[in-house]
Amino acid sequence: MSENENQKVDHHLKSRRTFLKNSGLTVGGIVLGGAVANLLGVNTGGSSEHVHTSPQEPVSYPNEALMFFTMDQYRLTAAAAERIFPKDELGPGAIELNVAIYIDHQLASPWGANVKDYMQGPFYSPDQLQGTQLRLLRKDLFLLGLEGLDKYSNKKFKKNFIELEVNEQDEVLTDFESGEKYKLSGISSSHFFSMLRTLTIEGAYADPLYGGNKEMKGWKMRKYPGSYMSYTNDIQSNSFVEKKPQSLNSHMGH
Amino acid sequence: MSTKLPKVPVVIVGMGWAGGIIASELTKAGLKVVGLERGKARSTQDYSMGHDELRFQHRTELMQDLSKETITSRNNSKTRALPMRHYGTFIVGDGIGGAGSHWNGQTYRFLPYDFEIKTLTEKRYGKNKIKKGYTVQDWGMTYDELEPYYDTFEKMAGISGETVELYGKRSNPYPTGPMLKTPIMEEFEKATKKLGYKPYILPSGNLSENYTNPDGISRSACQYCAYCENFGCEYGAKADPVVTVIPVAKQTGNLDLRTHSNVTKIVNDGQKATGVIYVNTLTGEEFEQPAEVVVIASYVFNNVRLLLNSNLGKPYDPQTGAGAVGKNYAYQISAGGSTLFFDNKEFNLYGGAGALGIEIAEFTGDNFDHTNENFIHGAGIRTTQYGDRPIAVNRVPNGTASWGSEFKKQSIKYANSTFPVKIQGASLPHQQNYLDLDPTYKDAYGMPLLRMTYDYTEQDKEMVKYMSKVTRNIAENIGPDHIETSEEQAPFNVNKDTNTHNTGGVIMGADPQTSAVNSYLQMWDAENVFVAGASAFPHNSCFNPTGTLGALSYRAAEGIIRYMKDGGSLV
Repeated sequence: MSENENQKVDHHLKSRRTFLKNSGLTVGGIVLGGAVANLLGVNTGGSSEHVHTSPQEPVSYPNEALMFFTMDQYRLTAAAAERIFPKDELGPGAIELNVAIYIDHQLASPWGANVKDYMQGPFYSPDQLQGTQLRLLRKDLFLLGLEGLDKYSNKKFKKNFIELEVNEQDEVLTDFESGEKYKLSGISSSHFFSMLRTLTIEGAYADPLYGGNKEMKGWKMRKYPGSYMSYTNDIQSNSFVEKKPQSLNSHMGH
Repeated sequence: MSTKLPKVPVVIVGMGWAGGIIASELTKAGLKVVGLERGKARSTQDYSMGHDELRFQHRTELMQDLSKETITSRNNSKTRALPMRHYGTFIVGDGIGGAGSHWNGQTYRFLPYDFEIKTLTEKRYGKNKIKKGYTVQDWGMTYDELEPYYDTFEKMAGISGETVELYGKRSNPYPTGPMLKTPIMEEFEKATKKLGYKPYILPSGNLSENYTNPDGISRSACQYCAYCENFGCEYGAKADPVVTVIPVAKQTGNLDLRTHSNVTKIVNDGQKATGVIYVNTLTGEEFEQPAEVVVIASYVFNNVRLLLNSNLGKPYDPQTGAGAVGKNYAYQISAGGSTLFFDNKEFNLYGGAGALGIEIAEFTGDNFDHTNENFIHGAGIRTTQYGDRPIAVNRVPNGTASWGSEFKKQSIKYANSTFPVKIQGASLPHQQNYLDLDPTYKDAYGMPLLRMTYDYTEQDKEMVKYMSKVTRNIAENIGPDHIETSEEQAPFNVNKDTNTHNTGGVIMGADPQTSAVNSYLQMWDAENVFVAGASAFPHNSCFNPTGTLGALSYRAAEGIIRYMKDGGSLV
């Protein structure tokens, strides 16, 4: 660790301690241990090699790579997500925020394989008030949807989705949203559309640790500060207090 | 084949608020207790990366793993129930602390009216006020009888709040003062005062100041960091069994706490239980844990399911109304609120707390005249500031596209410029709303899932119409640029509704014919089985359930200690 970085850590820890002092965080009676003790820099026993790592702005993005999509699937996802959350005068859209990287990582995760969902049969078709009843896994539904986007674009405009004008792309997505114009192996395209929409919003606003919300630019657009330890001093203010966003990475020293 | 373990005095199923409180009281009294928890062990260390909206709120990290067990649901008994395959409406806790780890911390008492609702309604409005089909009944104890236990719960948890005139009498003020008042709460305060109401700050389990409770547990003040509901509190400022009753029970040396232990059956002969069967969820190994007293303290759904799967108690029959296990499932009413949009004002809505808010009491319970209304009971009307997280909260005016350029512009424009005046309404039981076993779907251990048959009733729809006018009026008096009010109650939707306050199914009462447990939560049909939790509520009031659940758990603990000495029925 360079001297410079050491100073950075030092400064960071000091400001943390100042916060704790000011916030009146004390631990008496039964010691709760765990996170609070760690925040205070107390060694709770066990490991004597508690290492404070340095929270720092990443200079390169090693996770800007694919663990699920092919390059073509990635480009198609990026193009579709950009229509859900387009770049405009307010700031970046899905492409610049790395939403498609986020989606790739999510579909490769246990969530993409529905591991915490109830997946036992039988699968009956639900009435409108009952939850979705799909045997298909999320990762497979998403790929089916991407394939459908190109097939439907070709049917309607004789081109792949990525080659369409944006208004044509919007038409395709609108038809997918309605679910009435096109079926994905017998499943309504609206299931895919709704997943694409949700994943795009998540990719714009989830902590950057998941690969999207690049440089917290999603948060900056809406003045969301991310992850702070305390708002006690701001919450009663009659004017808006804008704060520089912080991600979970800033909690790694603890 | 299960391995039979040595007999213990008490086994508790579930280590959330109910199980944690009972474990704490019993072990302090010197009783040896085995605590079985299907989920994992947990400490504040588990919450240190807690400010993660995706992981905890949208990927439901602290919730029950639905691949192992879920519920099935349908809106009426003519349709086929289907499994809730992923989370929508309900969020069901898992692991040490249970729902007490991920809750918001809003900690109310129910009204004196709640406990004697049938008697008091008939006295004021006559016998016909409660319409046919509504299985409204008294609780078998009064508010005054439960008051000391509320007091004990509030002192243990350090509840922050202010005394409200229109609510039941308190023997003591709240142990800590009310939470801070933010600009949006001041807007609500001004408008409601102008209308002649008396607003009060919500009672909060997020501590307003540092506090040491009677057990010697010290916790620090809430930092308004805005990560309460769905999240654990890394400061321990939010009351959670993990930082209150569980460490107290552990410290006695009398609690044998076993995690990853999922109870599948209560062993019984129809008169008494002899213990429980549980499975180690990691290894699949099965055990029988014999005990003198069995305490069922899991979530509402599993309390009912365990009894039904164990043939304990009389299952409810919606045709005849006989039997009590599965009876009087109730929920809560959330439609009828107004959303306020401001074009040129921004509030610090990124900050907040799960129990930060302001409310009026005038439309709760029977605090207003129902003579000309087609409903009884009422709603709390309130503005809350939980902290608006960016994936979850994207409020846009009706008619805005749900994606694309317009959605992006509007959702960012209003990101810090909307807040609600909302309602939380009471839910009254109906003969056709009930819980039983699903005939088709099973959990990971081969046991039938619980089936919920539920929809909103006429009473609920009438209440929503009435309350929507009240919230609209308050919103107009606050005077934003644009207001949207939901005026109708849509049918129940297991994907879209937002409330997770489930109650009933193992209800308390004074009559063994119409209730499953007495006021000590002791089963009428098996004197050494106690069933604790919101499953004991004969109806759901217009308040968050935890305060009442906590009070009843202290009462049950007292009953169990007495039962261990004297035996027999406690009433």
